[in-house]
Amino acid sequence: MMNSRKRKIGWGFVIFFTPVFLWLALLFVLPHLELLRLSFLGTDYYGKSGVTLENYAAFFKEPAYWMTCARTAVYSIIVTLIILMIALPMAFYITKVVGLRVRGLLTLMIVVPFWVSVLIRVYGWMIILRESGIINRVLIGLGIWKTPLEMLYNDASLMVGLVHTNLLFMLVPIIGVMDSLDNSLIEAGSNLGAGKLMIWWKIIIPHCMTGIMSGSIIVFMLVTGSYITPALMGGKNSQWFTQQIYNQFIIAFNWNQGAAFGFLLLAISSLIVWVALRITGQKLGEVVK
Amino acid sequence: MPIDLSVRDVSKRFGSFTAVDHVSFEVETGKFFSILGPSGCGKTTLLRMIAGFYDFSSGSIAIRGQDMAGVEANKRPVKLVFQHLALFPMMDVKENIAFGLRRRGERGVAVRRKVDDILDRVGLPGFGDKKINQLSGGQMQRVAIARCLVLEPVVLLLDEPLGALDLKLREHMKVELKKLQTEVGTTFVYITHDQSEAMVMSDYVAVMNRGHFEQLDTPQNLYSNPATSFVAQFVGENNKIAGKLDRDGSGHFFITLEGGMRLLVAKPATLQAGESVEVFVRPEAMSINPGPTPEGMNKVTVVVKAVLFDGGNSRLLCVIEGSSKELLVRLPQAVPYEVKAHDRICVVWDPARAVCFRSAGVKTYDEL
Amino acid sequence: MIRTLPTTRTYRIGFGVFAAAYFLFLFAPLVIVGVLAFNDSMFPSLPWYGFTLDWFIGKGPKKVGLFYNPMNMMAILTSLRVALGVSLLSTVVGTCAAFLFEQEEFRFKRLFYLLMIAPMVVPGVILGISILSFANSLGVLLEQSLGIDLRLLSPGLLLVTFGQSTFITTFVTLVIIARLKKFDRTLEDAAYNLGATRLEVIWHITLKYLRPSIIGGAAVAFLLSFENFNTTLFLIGSKPTLPIALFAQIRDGGSPVVNAVSVLLMFSMSVVALGNLYLSRKSDAQ
Repeated sequence: MMNSRKRKIGWGFVIFFTPVFLWLALLFVLPHLELLRLSFLGTDYYGKSGVTLENYAAFFKEPAYWMTCARTAVYSIIVTLIILMIALPMAFYITKVVGLRVRGLLTLMIVVPFWVSVLIRVYGWMIILRESGIINRVLIGLGIWKTPLEMLYNDASLMVGLVHTNLLFMLVPIIGVMDSLDNSLIEAGSNLGAGKLMIWWKIIIPHCMTGIMSGSIIVFMLVTGSYITPALMGGKNSQWFTQQIYNQFIIAFNWNQGAAFGFLLLAISSLIVWVALRITGQKLGEVVK
Repeated sequence: MPIDLSVRDVSKRFGSFTAVDHVSFEVETGKFFSILGPSGCGKTTLLRMIAGFYDFSSGSIAIRGQDMAGVEANKRPVKLVFQHLALFPMMDVKENIAFGLRRRGERGVAVRRKVDDILDRVGLPGFGDKKINQLSGGQMQRVAIARCLVLEPVVLLLDEPLGALDLKLREHMKVELKKLQTEVGTTFVYITHDQSEAMVMSDYVAVMNRGHFEQLDTPQNLYSNPATSFVAQFVGENNKIAGKLDRDGSGHFFITLEGGMRLLVAKPATLQAGESVEVFVRPEAMSINPGPTPEGMNKVTVVVKAVLFDGGNSRLLCVIEGSSKELLVRLPQAVPYEVKAHDRICVVWDPARAVCFRSAGVKTYDEL
Repeated sequence: MIRTLPTTRTYRIGFGVFAAAYFLFLFAPLVIVGVLAFNDSMFPSLPWYGFTLDWFIGKGPKKVGLFYNPMNMMAILTSLRVALGVSLLSTVVGTCAAFLFEQEEFRFKRLFYLLMIAPMVVPGVILGISILSFANSLGVLLEQSLGIDLRLLSPGLLLVTFGQSTFITTFVTLVIIARLKKFDRTLEDAAYNLGATRLEVIWHITLKYLRPSIIGGAAVAFLLSFENFNTTLFLIGSKPTLPIALFAQIRDGGSPVVNAVSVLLMFSMSVVALGNLYLSRKSDAQ
């Protein structure tokens, strides 16, 4: 009944709308439009500026570029799946297996590390994994091997870092959706003769699908957009696409190219998200809740 | 007597749904006026229109002669006690009460004095420093009322304020509210679906149904002389007997029950023989097992189905012998009757104490 | 398989081991970083040479502690300044946005809402480069057409503040909207009825109700700003914020001073976050 209250577009609307409009227009919409514009500009061979598709074409022509992008995309998908594999049982454990008192404590404990900056966490992994790091010192000290092994700066260490820094973002939506799963559904499934695997396949996962998808989308977008972890823990030969963008903008000072890369990153990750939604039959609107 | 509230031909529609349908009434100063009706009848909408929260398409509302069209909700001299009271939880009692005064620009000692005064008046002396969540249901009621009365409004609107209270407290508050209104002298407009509240407290009651007033009268008249079958059914308890109106040779009207029994009907002038009618008889209008029956009375034999004991309001649930029609008959407790289920008794009433209307098809709960 | 069904001991132990491994994995780097800050060694690694506070308060010459390290202290101060600015800006704009979406009606509101959420979805790197490009183009335009050289448009702390606010405001808005949704609007009706204007209603009633979430939003904004890297990276000028300074040190191998900074950060952030949690629990109980 409240919708019928009489309210003119008063000063209230103007006062609330103006800062929000300024914020979104000046800090979001216009900058992205400008970026888009830049991506279509370039200086040609003769030093003249003009509209060109060269920046985008270069992406496809140069293997270093599109391979980096492909690697980023593929690794991001892999990391997302790994995180999913860890988060599902953990969420299940927290919401369904442990008692309520332990649950409060565990919920706090999974959040605490994420108050700490990504830099510190990555630094910690570096200290643990590198040649002069903890694992090597301990194992050499115990006599298990003689020469230190460089466990950093490769794909595996990169994945460890990415998994560690993004786990929470999968856990939270899945815990939320698993919590809403009535225990009696699982009990009924068990009572009707289903084994644990069947219960997961037929009851738990379908129910949690929206949470799984929203967690996966968030994690995927965060991982593709990561900079610190790949830069510090990744190998020299497996650059992340964000580093390419950095190189273009800050090192090569080729903003046009960098702009094109930025949009390509957005486009390709959106495409992957769209495909994932189609495959699993989810709709964006339901997932975004 | 001066008129404090004047509502003329006011209507309100929400899309295709008409919530208030051409309602008109006036309230004299100092009166306790209630609007009584079932959920969804439009009484809350009407109240919100008077308070200024809703626009309306036609008609006018005037307070003490001043037309309220265009007057904003926060500038009207009517104050509203909300259904869930809407006390401000972030303030204590004295700040709640002082709120309206401060918005008017009053400051300082005068405010403090007015707050203490009104707290005394509603029976909560010294409660100023208490927090809202420390108050009981009845106390919160009185703070809500005090918050409005301190502003000395022309009309105080009350939106079913007793709904959340338990029975004993509600009974107590009915009396308290009536006493308060008489003492303070402010015009009260009270809306409720509980007819006992409306009857006990009001000088006048308007029975509202589906957006319009069925009858506006004193509680006594509403009870004894209902103007429509809705009022007859809604106010108090009533036995409804439906049938076709017939006329016998000597000009007496009657209706025939299944099983052949005839009941005499004192019919209103507007009805004709052959029409479908509903006859209403109050449970207390019927006498149990009286002695010899004079002429012109309705006498039926009934079988008792259940004794509904309720203190002074005890009734017998009976069925007229030979039919399936149920009757509620008042069972006076002053003279102890030895009646139990399955007894056959005689019930007599004077047709003049029954009312008869054209069939309106208004369903009560047991018919739905 | 759940607590209301019978489970085998191996099942429970298995899960327990899994959970323990999980937390070990989660906390290992933090614990290591923290512990090594107190190691009396020139390198952030084992072996353990003994407990020392030198990396915090040592004056040198060999071990210069955090509090005497000008680069890191300046960076901390810079980060504090930026975080304060971001916190202020995003809380004000965020509160306006919350009121806009919860209490006002206008055309395209749904679309506008999605636009408001978008900065949270776009990678920080892209936010950074877009604002860098826009500021630069704007600066060039102003200089060429009007001859004004606006310093605030070149990479520096002001640009960093604006850049971070772009997505942090979205976070704050969502925090405040969550509480505003639970607000009982009949309190507003009552206040109107008692003679208040819209401004008075907002000031005396609604904002008082929102206060815990406004403070919470400001705290979230402060934390997010302090530790932001991806967007800051492209907008920073000559004065680094702490994450930028740390990144350079870490890439070069790091030193126990970095560990000391980390301990300080972990401690302060936990205090702020716990304080925020405690306050929000208290306000929920009201």
